[in-house]
Amino acid sequence: MSTATVTRKPRGADKVRPDLRTRSQRRRNAALGLLAWAVALMFFLPVAWMVLTSFHAEADAATNPPSLTAPLTLDSYREFFGAGGGASPWPPLLNSVGASLISTALVLLLAIPAAYALAIRPVEKWRDVLFFFLSTKMLPVVAGLLPIYLFARNAGMLDNIWLLILLYTSMNLPIAVWMTHSFLAEVPVSLIEAAQLDGAKLWTILLRVIAPIAGPGIAATALICFIFSWNEMLFARVLTGVTAQTAPAFLTMFITSQGLFLAQLCAASFIISLPVLAAGFAAQDKLVQGLSLGAVK
Amino acid sequence: MTATSTSTEATDPAPESPPGGGSSGRGRKSAEGGGARRLSRWSTRAPLLPALVFLIVMTQLPFVATLVISLFDWNSLYPDAREFSGLGNYGTVLSDEAMRGSVLNTVLLTATVVIVSLALGLAIALLLDRKFRGRGLVRTMMIAPFLIVPVAAALLWKHVLYNPEYGLFNGAINWLASLVGVEDPVQPDWVSEMPLVAVQASLIWQWTPFMMLILLAGLQSRPLDVIEAARIDGASNWQIFRYITLPHLRRYLELGGLLGSIYVVQNFDAVYTITRGGLDTANLPYTIYETFYQAHEYGLASAAGVLVVIGSIILATFALRVVSSLFSEEASR
Repeated sequence: MSTATVTRKPRGADKVRPDLRTRSQRRRNAALGLLAWAVALMFFLPVAWMVLTSFHAEADAATNPPSLTAPLTLDSYREFFGAGGGASPWPPLLNSVGASLISTALVLLLAIPAAYALAIRPVEKWRDVLFFFLSTKMLPVVAGLLPIYLFARNAGMLDNIWLLILLYTSMNLPIAVWMTHSFLAEVPVSLIEAAQLDGAKLWTILLRVIAPIAGPGIAATALICFIFSWNEMLFARVLTGVTAQTAPAFLTMFITSQGLFLAQLCAASFIISLPVLAAGFAAQDKLVQGLSLGAVK
Repeated sequence: MTATSTSTEATDPAPESPPGGGSSGRGRKSAEGGGARRLSRWSTRAPLLPALVFLIVMTQLPFVATLVISLFDWNSLYPDAREFSGLGNYGTVLSDEAMRGSVLNTVLLTATVVIVSLALGLAIALLLDRKFRGRGLVRTMMIAPFLIVPVAAALLWKHVLYNPEYGLFNGAINWLASLVGVEDPVQPDWVSEMPLVAVQASLIWQWTPFMMLILLAGLQSRPLDVIEAARIDGASNWQIFRYITLPHLRRYLELGGLLGSIYVVQNFDAVYTITRGGLDTANLPYTIYETFYQAHEYGLASAAGVLVVIGSIILATFALRVVSSLFSEEASR
């Protein structure tokens, strides 16, 4: 919605001085619009092709030149969901849903109070603390992988979804603290002070003053954390086996080619990307807000 | 209200701390006796502690363990032969040809992907920053690559696009050739002939939309009155871009570059999926994974990990300075 209002601005500015808008300019604008369409279609083509191929029969999926108009079928989806006797994708999908949702909830539970102590009622040296959080994000995950693996093995936590949940929480926490801080910092201090003068309790202030202003930003934070947890593959690959396997780790079985499998690969990729695609499309503006760590409002 | 609730808070780091309510509110400066002040200070800190402690336990402790393991000669296939070897592993890692190759690959991969994605993202953001029919749909289509799960995206490129026999690229070449009437068109084996480029292309495809989104948001926050004024004063489009738009976009370019680098440096999925680290494309995350997971060389993998961390710290101090200048205007409270 906000895009619509933003795009209207330059046009509105043009309207004020229609004489500035020459015909050649308008023609150029139309040409650039077409170019934008062409570029976007190019970027979208692999995704569209993936979806189309997933509805083709395996024999039609692997042809050269590509068969665009082959008959559509749901075979590869049936196959993917276990009709062919392969491993069922449901346990990994449910594991992914659980790991992403629970870790996102944990992240918010830890990040919001922390951001409160960094933005609303700041501790001394809050800026250093904030940068400490961000700096941990720059440590490569892979450097801590071995100790985590050894710990999990000795503690009997290998192939345990809760280990992944904790790791995803720590993986997303720095970004989440950073983002929620930037959203909470938007709440005017004067507003909080006024509420305090009126005798409002902390919970009232949190729910009635802070939440309405920072709420959308916190939703953006949750969206980003969910996406990153859902996408994660390295930890899932190393630390899980059968019971706690997540959807991306499940996908790795397609890495080596195995006869005719393109349609099924496309169906699997599409299904597993679907939650992220849906969430991202539905909340495009939140996505931008979140990805920029709250720098873009 | 304050006295009782603050005293429980020091032990219970729940978010229930009053926002400095009542008399002792924001009382850090007022000296009402050391005890009360210390209490109030800890009540301010309390909400921060769970996150801080959790993060230190989860990220700093494993690193300390990595540091210790890196000093041992330890291959898990020969558990009895574990012994202290000082800095020996570091010597091995630094003189290892493959390890140096993967450092170079990491740099090449990150730099190429981030720079090309930024440039493409900027161009596309400029294209999208105008009114035209179907703009919303175009933006939605542009975002799609970023929303494909990375492993799925890598698989898609490896098998569905790059495959030399039935991949879409060669299929399209064949189809176009048959339209023009060319016999036996080129059918390159993309991954074997240009492995690093193949990995880079798939990542650029995923990261360009990310850069585009951030830069588009930057473009839309430009001060329009300034641009209008410049236009009335007769500034050309290029001048407006060069002297108004670009300086305004600087912080967005830096932010995109920084965030892109953080993620691409650590990329594992694309390398693991498309080339399995073969054909000289292994980057550091992949090499370390392989050293410990396949070769079971725990000591060596840890030493490499420590070196990566040292490299990251050097990069991070630089990068953090960038971020801090980015956010300084905003975080002025």
